[in-house]
Amino acid sequence: MDLFFEGLVRAATLLARGDAELWRVTLLSLQVSGTATAICLLIGVPLGTALALTRFPGRGIVLALVNTGMGMPPVVVGLIVSIMLWRTGPIGQLRLLYTPTAMVIAQCVIALPIVVGLTVAAIQQLNPKLRLQILGLGASRVQLLWLLIREAKLPLLAAAMAGFGAVISEVGASIMVGGNLMGQTRVLTTATVMEVGKGEFGAAMAFSIVLLLLVYSVNALLTWVQQRGRPL
Amino acid sequence: MGLFLATLLPLLVVLTGSMTAQADEPRLLLGTTVGLERSGLLAALLPVFERQTGRKVTTVAVSAPQALALGARGEVDVLLVDAAADEPGYLSAGHAIDRRLVMHADEVIVGPRDDPARAREAGDLVDALRRIAASNSGWASRADNSGLFQLEKRLWREAGLDPTGQAWYQPLGQGLAQTLTAATERQAYALADRLTFLERRDLLDLGIMVEGAPELLRPYHVLVVNPAKGAWLDDAGARALVEYLASDGAQAVIRGFGVERFGQPIFVPDA
Repeated sequence: MDLFFEGLVRAATLLARGDAELWRVTLLSLQVSGTATAICLLIGVPLGTALALTRFPGRGIVLALVNTGMGMPPVVVGLIVSIMLWRTGPIGQLRLLYTPTAMVIAQCVIALPIVVGLTVAAIQQLNPKLRLQILGLGASRVQLLWLLIREAKLPLLAAAMAGFGAVISEVGASIMVGGNLMGQTRVLTTATVMEVGKGEFGAAMAFSIVLLLLVYSVNALLTWVQQRGRPL
Repeated sequence: MGLFLATLLPLLVVLTGSMTAQADEPRLLLGTTVGLERSGLLAALLPVFERQTGRKVTTVAVSAPQALALGARGEVDVLLVDAAADEPGYLSAGHAIDRRLVMHADEVIVGPRDDPARAREAGDLVDALRRIAASNSGWASRADNSGLFQLEKRLWREAGLDPTGQAWYQPLGQGLAQTLTAATERQAYALADRLTFLERRDLLDLGIMVEGAPELLRPYHVLVVNPAKGAWLDDAGARALVEYLASDGAQAVIRGFGVERFGQPIFVPDA
């Protein structure tokens, strides 16, 4: 228990002192995972809506693949993305390995199936008559898509939170494609693993507490957006 | 649709803005061990090299076998590792074209300050291990997949002892920090690298019992990856780093590293 309090005290002192390293690591965590989540929402929500509304041969296989992807182990994603980004890899000439961009790519691979899968479920649970009604009122396809997304706002924001939660908390992929380089690709999770390895459990606890605070703040904001103006 | 894009797109621009700059800068990739990176020595050495040569160095800190494997694939330009046993074969296999001794670190045997096994008085390392085994004072072992545990197993073999199953032998299966804590709690002996022990010295009730034996020295070599491994390899940069690490300036930094903090050097310059 003493380590828990040591971590709390240490986190508080580092934050209060405005420790440059802690802030940089925290900001990068937010940047990388926020970017990955935003990209996944941009691609995943329309993709998931389309998947929910269309019928085509092999749709079941695609959905099963998406649902499998929701449980993709981050280390596996990290390994695959690393091999792609290696200098000997297919897109190695981009020189992206050990950069925040590489971490965003890996986190997108992790979060995209989550966003798509939950979007499919969110859209499909809407009353099918709603779709007919919207089309009957003369809406275009894009308008239909937008109205359905708005109608499914609650579960879609849940999808955003699930996607963000998955990537901000993963460490396997980030450490592999980012390399935990100080000042460049060190994020809260990789810093925690490093401090544990050093036996600095107090510092590790401090990073963990900041991570929990960050995840809570982001989710509190999204929950507020989700629940705003909704009667009990 | 408008609102959805209107919120996400600016967010994306803001978030990515500060991250994109560094991708196209040429970087010299240095493959090294997590242990060396953590020591802080590279942070003391590399900025000088970067200023002198105008090259940015990216340190890829992994395990020594993983660093060698990355070098063999041409994924890093230069290596600074402590894998002396594997390095000659690595050179003859054509993965690296140049190898230079930079420095060495060392392991120590630590134990209770009153030294119940009288290991401090031992004539050599084998004698010390036999004394510890015979005294029943206890030995805390990492018993994990670390290089340190590989060394420990080799040392026991050389001493003609098989500790597994003995009452005094405590295999923990944990990291060195936890192993040293356990050694303090049980007033047992343990094998540790000097830096980790010194860093945690104040939290431990242990002292250095055995040091300086040749088997306990851990040399670090710098290896230039064979430029034939890929057109992208920065051979000139790798050679410049070799020259720099062997230079008087760098060797002096190595000698002085840790003296202020621990009262003794951690690395011994050898170039």
